[in-house]
Amino acid sequence: MSDDILVVCDLKKHFVVGHLGLVNREPITVKAVDGVSFGVREGETLGLVGESGSGKSTIAYMTVGMYQPSSGAMSFKGRDLFVNGPKRPLALRKEIQIVFQDPGSSLNPRRTIQQILELPLRLHQPSKDPLEEVVRLLDMVELPPEYMQKYPQMLSGGEKQIVASARALATNPSLVILDEPTSALDVSVQGKIINLLIRLQREFNLTYLFITHDLSLMRNVASRVAIMYLGKICEIAETSEFFSRPQHPYTQMLLSSIPVVSEEEERARPAKVISTGEIPSPVNVPPGCSFHLRCPYVMEVCKQVDPGMISISEGHTVRCHLFTEAGQ
Amino acid sequence: MAELADVRRDAPTTFTVQQIKQLQRESRRENLGRAWYKFSRNVLSVVGLTTVVLLTLLAMFAPFVAPYPKHAGPFTDFANAKIPPSWEHPFGTDQIGRDILSRSIFGLGSSLLMGVVVLALVVPPGVLLGLVAGYFQGTWTDTLIMRTTDIFLAVPPLVLALAVASVLEPNLFNGMLAVSLMWWPWYTRLVYGLASVLRNEYFVTAAEITGASTAHILFREILPNTLSPIFTKMSLDMAWVIIIGSMLSFVGLGEQPPKPSLGTMVADGARYLPDQWWIAIFPALTIVVVVLGFNLLGDGLRDMLAAEGV
Amino acid sequence: MSAALSPLLEINELVVHFKVYGGVLKVLDGVQFKVYAGEKVGLVGETGCGKTTTMKAILRILPMPPAHLPRGEIFFKGEDLLKMRSSQLSRVRGRGISMIFQDPTAALNPVFTVGQQLEPVIRYALPANRNLSREQIRQKAVIPLKEVALADPERLLDSYPVQLSGGMRQRVCIGMALATDPELLIADEPGTSLDVTIQDQVLRLLHDLVENKSTSVILITHTLGVVRQMTDRVYVMYAGNMVEVAPTKKLFANPRHPYTQGLMQAVPKLTGGGIAAGIPGRLPSYLNPPTGCRFHTRCPHVMDICHREKPPFFKVEADHEVACFLYDQNAQAPPKEASPS
Repeated sequence: MSDDILVVCDLKKHFVVGHLGLVNREPITVKAVDGVSFGVREGETLGLVGESGSGKSTIAYMTVGMYQPSSGAMSFKGRDLFVNGPKRPLALRKEIQIVFQDPGSSLNPRRTIQQILELPLRLHQPSKDPLEEVVRLLDMVELPPEYMQKYPQMLSGGEKQIVASARALATNPSLVILDEPTSALDVSVQGKIINLLIRLQREFNLTYLFITHDLSLMRNVASRVAIMYLGKICEIAETSEFFSRPQHPYTQMLLSSIPVVSEEEERARPAKVISTGEIPSPVNVPPGCSFHLRCPYVMEVCKQVDPGMISISEGHTVRCHLFTEAGQ
Repeated sequence: MAELADVRRDAPTTFTVQQIKQLQRESRRENLGRAWYKFSRNVLSVVGLTTVVLLTLLAMFAPFVAPYPKHAGPFTDFANAKIPPSWEHPFGTDQIGRDILSRSIFGLGSSLLMGVVVLALVVPPGVLLGLVAGYFQGTWTDTLIMRTTDIFLAVPPLVLALAVASVLEPNLFNGMLAVSLMWWPWYTRLVYGLASVLRNEYFVTAAEITGASTAHILFREILPNTLSPIFTKMSLDMAWVIIIGSMLSFVGLGEQPPKPSLGTMVADGARYLPDQWWIAIFPALTIVVVVLGFNLLGDGLRDMLAAEGV
Repeated sequence: MSAALSPLLEINELVVHFKVYGGVLKVLDGVQFKVYAGEKVGLVGETGCGKTTTMKAILRILPMPPAHLPRGEIFFKGEDLLKMRSSQLSRVRGRGISMIFQDPTAALNPVFTVGQQLEPVIRYALPANRNLSREQIRQKAVIPLKEVALADPERLLDSYPVQLSGGMRQRVCIGMALATDPELLIADEPGTSLDVTIQDQVLRLLHDLVENKSTSVILITHTLGVVRQMTDRVYVMYAGNMVEVAPTKKLFANPRHPYTQGLMQAVPKLTGGGIAAGIPGRLPSYLNPPTGCRFHTRCPHVMDICHREKPPFFKVEADHEVACFLYDQNAQAPPKEASPS
């Protein structure tokens, strides 16, 4: 798509976590991300859903430059993100920022809010007066300027996340990755943070990659949703389509497991798919379709062949043999 | 959590530099108050602090405080030798007639000086090496630094100190050098352990992602989080350095006579036990008191710098 | 739930203060709480509202300086736990009342195997087991692991917690807590650190287990959806006070207290509708809590009396009580009908 700000192509990240055997020394690999392709349009919020081991955080960390991929490519506004390896140029660093999940550890407890916010300002906008800019940033996120010399532990969880968001926005990025930004917060505070993020998105035409396991939140925030399982994307669709007509059995399983607060929502969910067994670790990815061990609709072909992404309607793709020719 | 009313958006958004500085001063004051509260909850910590402060003042002003400052130099008065503790000589006099109280005060001074100098020599390089090795854990830098540290740690400390001190001319400065050489690895080890854990914290990752330089990450992000164990160790180390220094001078490898040194005074006085017990016991007690003071202070510092939590 | 029966656990006017730098944190401000035999009670509230403090007070595991309890009674089967000596308390802890914590990884000792942690529970909790041999205790230890649907319990007894997944660890904790057949189980955010599908499994398991054994459960959480699924009756807590209590269905159909209404609206809905603004303001300071009703600084329906007096519980129905002056029958203003989310 020509207005895709981020294009991911068959991205893979395998971690070698040890070796088996004394003689052969077979490497034990964790296939955290195992062939992921998608695009993110400018200005949209792409939601990424998955449980532990799905690879969503690994994708986030690769996008922001923390990890280098094992294979595959990722380009941002046409530029290859990994051409310089780990030494990503500052100009590119400025464009892609991240807000981490745990506000408790993403802010250095021994630095004041002012010092924390000054770092990105000093690096990326050295010509401007840091003090003024910090005041402007705090104002932008609706925090009083007195917060400048507070330490993070004096702030509530919600306020810490607001500061983390201000830090991410200090460099004037185009793409912001939000890695479970409100998971550690209470629901009464969540609304404030999310509304702030939405307002800032509109004001600065930001693109968001929004990672969360909270599907109810996702429903109200994302424009498109991608769901991942063991390193691969299972389904991508526009939000309303994703929630009203989920096709992949894993999507249905997840949707039917989440606790909801009203009868209305109960009726809106797919029928209950009982999940059995543990979530397998990405070390032991089963052959064929990675979900077949837990799938209620498993067929013979699922155990041998990995289905590719099949397009079932405009903008809606699913990775499942229920929709391939082999599966019919 | 500090309490702040819900401030509306129409609050003043332009703050002058003056106002910022004022707020900074106020918050610093509050942090100090809170730190003191944590420190002073244990009476013994305050006792330790007081002891250390008093003894330091005593040592600094030794020429003015000691009743017989000349006795700290070449002085003999055999007529007044071996006098037991009395009003004129609260600690008694030694075998040459010198006032033990005055000599103890001067000896204390040289012990404290040794502690300060050794720590000044040892802490900066030790901490720096630990930071670098910890941050680059798993690379050759780490291996190089930590194996060197291991080598120094493998030698029994007193043996190393003695070996160095006996090769060099015996005096206070070379004694300090000897102790320094075997002291720095402990700081490297301590900071290495802390830094290698801290580098995985999200706030370090956030700084890396933004493009901060390695120097910034080491000194501005990681180091401040290691300061509290470092300071605690430093104050406990003062006590240890003083003891090691006393041991060195006990075997003749520190401050040379006639300059007073607590260890030498104990060594010389040992042969007069038990009849003229005061010649050895009072210098020994001085060592005990200063070591105890630093230990209590160290405990208090650890409490004060500990993380907040109800 | 029969009102004629006396409650299994009853907390009366519990006040808990913590002494810190700067003064005293008046955390709990007269907490009222009842659990009857065989029922599942939810306790909902934000982080910092005092839920965990209340539970720790029940088991008397609050650190006593800096905490102190100027007032209050906690009756368990008629006896006041706060007045018990520690020898009597050890009969209650683990046997009468058991607790599961939020983070199963932190609750299990990483250097001991599951068996090494489970077997002492079995041996010491039930006096009959004191003198059994190690083999016999081991055989008994397998039973709770089977009850929590863990595969291959024999091998599990020799495994270390680090070898288990999060869901399995939580099940082990549940097994340990229920091994002694307690009358009351306190579950503090039992699924929060787990993945959604695993949390679902664990909560279902808990539900089935307590049904079978008719154990009473206090389920503490800040997630409304979980409470709705798992409990018979719910207490809503705010800033050290209980503000509303009702049977679960009634609470969700018709929340009365402005705080409860705010919470319900704040939860994002699967059916869409955007993200509500949440409740403005933040939890008040416990050093200088607001006078009168502690919620009045954030309440959209605040009145004069709310500044001055703390509201007691008013009955809106026989089993639905609200601590809010809006529902004071003697006052002039009619109670506001809640708008269901």
